[in-house]
Amino acid sequence: MKHILAVLVENNPGVLARVAGLFSRRGFNIDSLAVGRTDDPEISRMTIVVEGDARVLEQVTKQLHKLVDVIKISDITADQFVDRELVMIKVAAEPAQRGEIMQIADVFRARIVDLGLKTMILECTGNEGKINAFEESLRPYGIKELVRTGKVAMLRGQKFTTINNQREED
Amino acid sequence: MKMTGAQILVECLKEQGVDVIFGYPGGSVLPIYDALYDADIKHILTRHEQGAAHAADGYARASGKVGVCLATSGPGATNLVTGIANAYMDSVPMVAFTGQVVSALLGRDSFQEADITGITLPITKHNYLVKDINDLARTVKEAFHIASTGRPGPVLVDIPRDVSGGETEYRDPGPVDLPGYHPVLYGEEEQLNKAAAAIMASQRPVIYAGGGVVVAGAHQELRQLAELLLAPVTTTLMGLGGFPGDHPLSLGMLGMHGSKYANYAVCECDLLLAVGARFDDRVTGKISEFAPHATIIHIDVDPAEIGKNVPVHIPIVGDVKNVLRQLLERLQAKLPGAWQEKIQAWKKEYPLDFEENGRLKPQQVIREIYRVTGGQARITTEVGQHQMWTAHYYTFTRPRTFISSGGLGTMGYGFPAAIGVQVACPDEVVFDIAGDGSIQMNIQELATAVNHELPVNVAILNNGFLGMVRQWQELFYNRRYSYTELINPDFVKLAEAYGAVGLRVSDPADLRPALEQAVKESRPVMLDFIIEREENVLPMVPPGAPLNQIID
Repeated sequence: MKHILAVLVENNPGVLARVAGLFSRRGFNIDSLAVGRTDDPEISRMTIVVEGDARVLEQVTKQLHKLVDVIKISDITADQFVDRELVMIKVAAEPAQRGEIMQIADVFRARIVDLGLKTMILECTGNEGKINAFEESLRPYGIKELVRTGKVAMLRGQKFTTINNQREED
Repeated sequence: MKMTGAQILVECLKEQGVDVIFGYPGGSVLPIYDALYDADIKHILTRHEQGAAHAADGYARASGKVGVCLATSGPGATNLVTGIANAYMDSVPMVAFTGQVVSALLGRDSFQEADITGITLPITKHNYLVKDINDLARTVKEAFHIASTGRPGPVLVDIPRDVSGGETEYRDPGPVDLPGYHPVLYGEEEQLNKAAAAIMASQRPVIYAGGGVVVAGAHQELRQLAELLLAPVTTTLMGLGGFPGDHPLSLGMLGMHGSKYANYAVCECDLLLAVGARFDDRVTGKISEFAPHATIIHIDVDPAEIGKNVPVHIPIVGDVKNVLRQLLERLQAKLPGAWQEKIQAWKKEYPLDFEENGRLKPQQVIREIYRVTGGQARITTEVGQHQMWTAHYYTFTRPRTFISSGGLGTMGYGFPAAIGVQVACPDEVVFDIAGDGSIQMNIQELATAVNHELPVNVAILNNGFLGMVRQWQELFYNRRYSYTELINPDFVKLAEAYGAVGLRVSDPADLRPALEQAVKESRPVMLDFIIEREENVLPMVPPGAPLNQIID
């Protein structure tokens, strides 16, 4: 089963290497890892998707907690959450095909962010299923390049994953 | 007042109560060595940085204080790596300082540059590269705090030369504030109550005690607990001395080279109380058949150890000493019964023993060291057969008297560690019990011991083999002794060349006089005991087998 962990870490150099190194060293399977700073510039938030059973997840959490730079870990899998991923796809687009591709972009609420002589770049956000479907619909035109950010996630409603606020109930 | 980074470092070390550093100078640590020249801190110059790390480790294990070592950048730093990994595996409080090339040259593959924080990431509790001199004092304070609290471990602080050589206004960094680091020190009430109920309901309890008991200073509480419950106590290699080996409830060591009665007791117990132990594969044997009938309670300060190797029924996170005190409040005395009788019967039936045949036996040497020192010596070991014989035949009754590389199994650990132990305990008798293979891994430290007039005794159990590997080749590789026979130097002459005393013994009759002479000497003594060549460490559980499948 895939678990989504929201991990708050101190924004120190090397913290990503510590986290990623831990996963490879202990043989845990990272599905995706997205990281960026929070509203507090001294704290970064990682969204880690990890594959494994309850025992694996317990070890992942405990081992992560041992890292001095890790401030807080929340497994949000069982809660109501919103998750998104951003993809940018450069697709082969002869002038004749542009219309079709723009229609596909409309369906997926994607945006065209670059237009070349023979290529277009589209960006799309959504959950994993939507991104996968978007990728598949563009595949027949010829995908030249693709980049995905990995999943970011946030709890719905009055629950928080911040340092000061424990996850408050609605 | 303006101070250099090196002077700030020395001030911080003094504030931490550091009175000795084990180290080796080099270009990138010159400012630090210059500051040490005037400082009221003893510096022990080893002959190899690995020796410095092991000596700091031995010092820490014997004293309970943080061991400190210092090396230069690049090769100096990488030579510390084995010593740091060793301290990490055995949870030893250590702070390792390394010099680094100047900040402007970082990342350019400069002369004597190594990414030591990157290299030591998986073998330190935490590490730092200090890029700004204004962060130095805070970093040092945090390093000592992290190394010595919770589950202790090594912390590395890498200091570029421009940071140690630069100047700034020194300010006290104030209290340590690490938002992600809060070790849990007391057990949860609910878990304690569950554990107490399970303990009181058990008929055949066994206590399995590890190095955590020694680290936490929980030996008195452990003894109290065992006596209250009349529960037999088996210890890991790291736990030796955490429970008196001569106590009627002592089962000695368990696992691959454990006593037969300890292994039988674990196989048949209905409750296993693991205290500061981590279910290492050398202890559990085949995991699926480890303590198959037992409710397992696991007390550990490191939550990640609980459930890592063996499923646990009742976990309790906390400092072992605190948790044992909390548990003791909830327990009542038990009466002796069939379980105690069964244990005593096993102990009588399967004693640890060896055959004497007129030739010098390794077990005999260790038993005699025990007798001559009245069991009061601090013993370090290298790694191999001699280490296991020491665990079996020297009875450890006090914590911090058995100092050995458990988790990493580092050959070459014992002798530099003994130097650290002798520095920590200048008035005590210190023995490094060594093999002829292991001693040659850090034998250059004889010069360190001689220079600093440290009367460390080295007892080499010399069988001309890498003994434990040979034993495995005998048992599991059809006696094909592939590259395990050693052609050795003359250890007596070698000792003398270094300015130490060398003694050779091959006749059992000469054993006691040689040992008596050794403990009286004020110089280091190297004893070369020529022992029976193909003696085995028995009993033994083959790797991966359940604990009741014993070769003896």
